[in-house]
Amino acid sequence: MMNQSVLVIGAGIAGIQVSIDLAQMGFPVYLVERTPSIGGRMAQLDKTFPTNDCAICILAPKMIECAGHKNVHLLTYSEVVGVEGHAGDLRARVLQKPRYVNMERCTGCGECAAKCPWRVPDDFNVGLSNRRAIYIPFPQAVPRKATIDAPHCVYLQDRAKNRCRMCEKVCQPGAIDWEQQERIVELSVGAIVVATGFDPYDAGVLKEYGLGKIANVITGLQYERLVSASGPTSGELRRPSDGKPPREVAFIQCVGSRDVNYNPYCSSVCCMFATKEAILANEHDPQCRSYIFYTDLRAVGKRFQEYIARARTEYNVTYIRGRPGVIGENPQNGNPIVRYEETTAQQLRAMEVGLVVLCQALLPRRGQQDVAKLLGVELDEYGFVNAPARLRRPVDTSVPGIFACGYCSSPQDIPDSVAQASGVAARVAEMLAGE
Amino acid sequence: MEQTRIGVFVCHCGSNIGGVVDVPAVVEYARALPNVVYAERNLYSCSEAGLSSLKQGIRAQRLNRVIVAACTPRTHEPLFKNACEEAGLNRYLFEFVNIREHCSWIHRKDKEQATEKAKRLIRMGVAKASLLEPQEETESNVIPAVLVIGGGIAGMTAALNLARQGFRAHLVEKQARLGGWLPHINRLCPTDEEAARLIDSVIREAQAHERIILHMPATVQEVSGYIGNFHVTVAEKEGKCTFDVGTIIVATGAEVLQPLGLYGYGRFPNVITQLELEERLRPPPSPSPVNDGGGKRWESTVFINCVGARIPERPYCSRVCCMTSLKNAIRLKKQNPAAQVYVLHRDLMTYGVEFERYYRRAMEAGVRFLRYDIERPPQVVGNGRAEAVVVWDTLRGQERRLPVDAVVLNAPLIPASDNATLSRLLKVPLAESGFFLEAHVKLRPVEFATDGVYVCGTARWPADVSESIAQAYAASAKAAIPMRAGAVTAEAITAFSVPERCMGCGTCVVTCPYQAIELRIANGGHVLSGTEGLQKQVAWVNVVQCKGCGSCVAACPSKAMQQRGFTDQQVLEMISVISGL
Repeated sequence: MMNQSVLVIGAGIAGIQVSIDLAQMGFPVYLVERTPSIGGRMAQLDKTFPTNDCAICILAPKMIECAGHKNVHLLTYSEVVGVEGHAGDLRARVLQKPRYVNMERCTGCGECAAKCPWRVPDDFNVGLSNRRAIYIPFPQAVPRKATIDAPHCVYLQDRAKNRCRMCEKVCQPGAIDWEQQERIVELSVGAIVVATGFDPYDAGVLKEYGLGKIANVITGLQYERLVSASGPTSGELRRPSDGKPPREVAFIQCVGSRDVNYNPYCSSVCCMFATKEAILANEHDPQCRSYIFYTDLRAVGKRFQEYIARARTEYNVTYIRGRPGVIGENPQNGNPIVRYEETTAQQLRAMEVGLVVLCQALLPRRGQQDVAKLLGVELDEYGFVNAPARLRRPVDTSVPGIFACGYCSSPQDIPDSVAQASGVAARVAEMLAGE
Repeated sequence: MEQTRIGVFVCHCGSNIGGVVDVPAVVEYARALPNVVYAERNLYSCSEAGLSSLKQGIRAQRLNRVIVAACTPRTHEPLFKNACEEAGLNRYLFEFVNIREHCSWIHRKDKEQATEKAKRLIRMGVAKASLLEPQEETESNVIPAVLVIGGGIAGMTAALNLARQGFRAHLVEKQARLGGWLPHINRLCPTDEEAARLIDSVIREAQAHERIILHMPATVQEVSGYIGNFHVTVAEKEGKCTFDVGTIIVATGAEVLQPLGLYGYGRFPNVITQLELEERLRPPPSPSPVNDGGGKRWESTVFINCVGARIPERPYCSRVCCMTSLKNAIRLKKQNPAAQVYVLHRDLMTYGVEFERYYRRAMEAGVRFLRYDIERPPQVVGNGRAEAVVVWDTLRGQERRLPVDAVVLNAPLIPASDNATLSRLLKVPLAESGFFLEAHVKLRPVEFATDGVYVCGTARWPADVSESIAQAYAASAKAAIPMRAGAVTAEAITAFSVPERCMGCGTCVVTCPYQAIELRIANGGHVLSGTEGLQKQVAWVNVVQCKGCGSCVAACPSKAMQQRGFTDQQVLEMISVISGL
C-alpha cells in the first residue's frame, strides 16, 4: 500500500490548486511555502488578462479554501531540506524557520507592524516601498500572522543590547516569542509535487535600457504594484521620479528573453500582461497612451486576440514591431527616450514617454536548482523542470512519484497553470491507486 | 413558540475596530435592542479566547441566535458558524455584521459617525436574526461512474485516468474508431515522435481496460439529472443504451477549417492544406511528399499561416498552427536540404521554451520566414496550377515573388459542428467563438458552471497534445472529487418557490445560470381561483443544483421566488428598522 499523503512544494496558484484538488479527493496534503504567506506571484498582480478580474479578489477565496481544508497541512515560512525514498514511500524533511511569533496567539491585527520602527525594502511591492522588520506581507495574507524578519530586527541581531522590543510591548495577545527555534518536521508521503513558480529576470543586466539608472524605467512587476489598490501609491499610477501621472507609457517586450545572449526562450505571458497593463494605464487616465514594442505578438489563449483588438480601439494602445536599442533620459523632465527601429516601416525613430515598463524574462525561481537536486529531478538547460515524456505525460518529472506544474515546469499563464495543477492531482491519484 | 434570545459579540480587532469605533458604547446599544438578551465585547472574537467566550455565552445564556460584529464574512464566517455548531446551535442561526471594512476602516477619520453606523448595522443584523430559521444541508449520493464524450487523445486520457482510479468510464465516440485527429498526423511537435505510436498505445490501453465501456460508433441522445445522478441515453448501431453516471466529461475535440476559395485552394491542385501534407508525410504506404504525384520534386514550398484565422469573422488565433508549419517545414528541409521553404506568417506564436527552440531549429535548418500583413495578404498566382506566391514583405518593405511547386495552407481549428447540439443536451454554454465556455476563464478552466460537467482539450480551445492531455487529467481530477467522496453536500442557502404566488411564467427558469429550476405541475391544492380543475405549472427548484445566487429571486415578477436566509421578510425588516418605514 502506498502512502496516501502528498507533499506540495510552493504555494502559488499552482500549488494551491493542486492542494485543494488533492484535499478534496481525500488525500492528506502538506503544503510547504518558503515565504510567510501562501499566494505566490498571483497575489502581487493587480488585474488579470483577458477578463480584468482583480487578481487577489479571485485568488483570496482559493487561499482561504486551501488553508481551511481539513486535509491541508500548511507549512509556511518553511523549506524542504531533504528527501529520500521512492514513489509511494517518500520521506521529506522540512525546515520551519522561526517567525518569533506564536501562531496560535497572533490575531493578525497588525499593531506590531504599525509600531515597529525598522524599515526594510518591501519585496511584495518589488522594492517600491518599505515594510517593517515585523510584518504581514500583504493585507490578504494567509495565514494572516506576523513574522519577524530576523536579519532586520535590531533586538534579534544583538540580544545582549536588549534594544527596541517594540512589537512585544504593543502586542496585546502576547504573541511575540523570542525563544522560537528552527524546527525540522519529518513527513512521510507517497508523492511530491513541485510548484515553485518564477522569478523575474534582473533587467538591469541589459544596461542599454537603464533600469536602476533612469528613475522612470521600471519593471512589469513593479508596474503591477503601482496600479494595485494595495500598492505603494494606493493604486494611483504615478511615476517614480516626480510622482506625476505619465501621459505616455512604453512597454518593452522580450527584455532578456528570446535573446541568445540572455534567455533564448519566450516567457509566454508578457505580450498579454503588457496589453493588460496598457489597458489599465488608460483606465487610470483616459488621456494616457501606451506603446507596446514587440517582436511577435503572442496572443494564443481564449479571447486574447479580442483583448488586443479592444486595447487598440478602446484604450489608446499602439503596437510597434521593434526592439528598442537604447533608452535615454531627457534631463529636463526625467522622461525616458526610447530609440528604436520601427521594423514594419524600416525607420529609425525616437519617442519621449513619461514612463517605460520593461517586460523582463521570467525565470524558474532562484533555489529551483537546490530543490531539484534534493529531489533528483532533471531540469532543462534554463532550469525548468524537465518532463521526459512531455507529450504523453506532461506533468511527470524524471523521477517516478514526483510531478511538476505551473511556471516552474514551463512558461505559462494562470489558466494553463491551474489546469496543469489539477492535472497533477489526477496523476497523483492514479499513481497512488497503485494500478 | 420558543422565545428568541439573541446574543451580540462585538470585536475590537485590536485597534482595527476599537481604535475608531466606540466599542463599549456599541455593546450598550446592542444590549437594549429587541430580543437581545446578552452582549459582550472581545479584543479578538476570532482568537481562541474569543471563540470559547462565544460558545460559553451560547450555553450559559441559552442563546438561539448569535451575531458577531467584526470583520469580513469572506474570511471569518466559517469560523464563527463552526463555533455556533460546536455549542449546539444550528449554523444558520448565525448572522455576521461587518463593522471593520464597513465602519472603522472606511470612516477612520470620523469616529462618531463610524460608531453610529456600527450601531445601525448591528440593529439591522438583530432585526434579521430574529427572523432567521435553522437550515439543513442536504446530501445526495454520487454514482461512481463517468461519461466521457469523445474518444480522441483527451477523452481516452480522461477515461483511462478515472478507470485507473477505480471508476467505471463510459467512453462515447461518434466515429467507428478511436483516436480523433491524431491518426491523421505524421509526427508531433516538439519531440518529433510518431503520432501513430503515441495514439496506438493509448487506444490499446483504453480498449483493454476492464472498467472502460466503449460505445462506438455512438452519440449521446439524452442527458437528464444532476451531479451524482445523470441519466444518459446513447444511440448505438444496435439501438439505444441507457446508463447512469455521476459525472460527465466533454472531450469532443475540434474540426479544421477547410479553406475553400482561399489562396487558390480547390482551384490549384498544388495548393493543399496542412492536414493533407500530414497525410503525405506519413510513413508509407502514403505517397511521398517530395513529389506531387506527377513525379516532380518540390524544390520550393510556401506555407501560409493564419488562413481564415485572425480575421474579423474569426478573430481568434488557433494556437497550434505555427508549430505545425515549423514542424513540416523542417521535415521538408530534411527530405530535400536544397529546397526553398518559406513560412509566411503574421506573428510566430512559438511561446515557451520548446516551441521557441523549435523555431530556432527551423531557422538553422534554412527555413525562411516572411512576415506578411493581413491588409496586403499573399496572392497565389498561376495558370492551372499555383506557380508563385506574391507577398508584401513587411520587414523589407517590398513585394516578393516566390516561385512555388506547392503551397501549404495553415488553417485554424474551428468548433466542432455538433457543439450546439451537445451544449443543449448538457445545458452547458458555448462561447461566442463556438468553443465550449468554462465556468471561469482564469481559475476554472476545465469546469462548467453546472456542477458535475467538465471540459478538456480542443472542445474548449485549440490546444496541442500535451496541453490536451494535461487538461484531460485536470477534468479527471474534477470529476474524481465528487466520485471519491461518494456524496455531494448541497448549499443550504437556496431559492424556493411559493406556489401560491407563482404564475408559472418561467422567468426564473431562463434566468437561472445553473439550470436548477423547472416548471412542474403543482401538487393539488395550489389552484388559482377561477381556474379550478386546471392543473397549474409552478417553478420548482432542485436544491442540489441551486447555488443560492439569488438571480431568480430578483427576476421573479410575482415575488414567488424566495431565498432561504434572505427572504423578502428578512430583508425588508432590516430596511424598516433603520429607515423607520
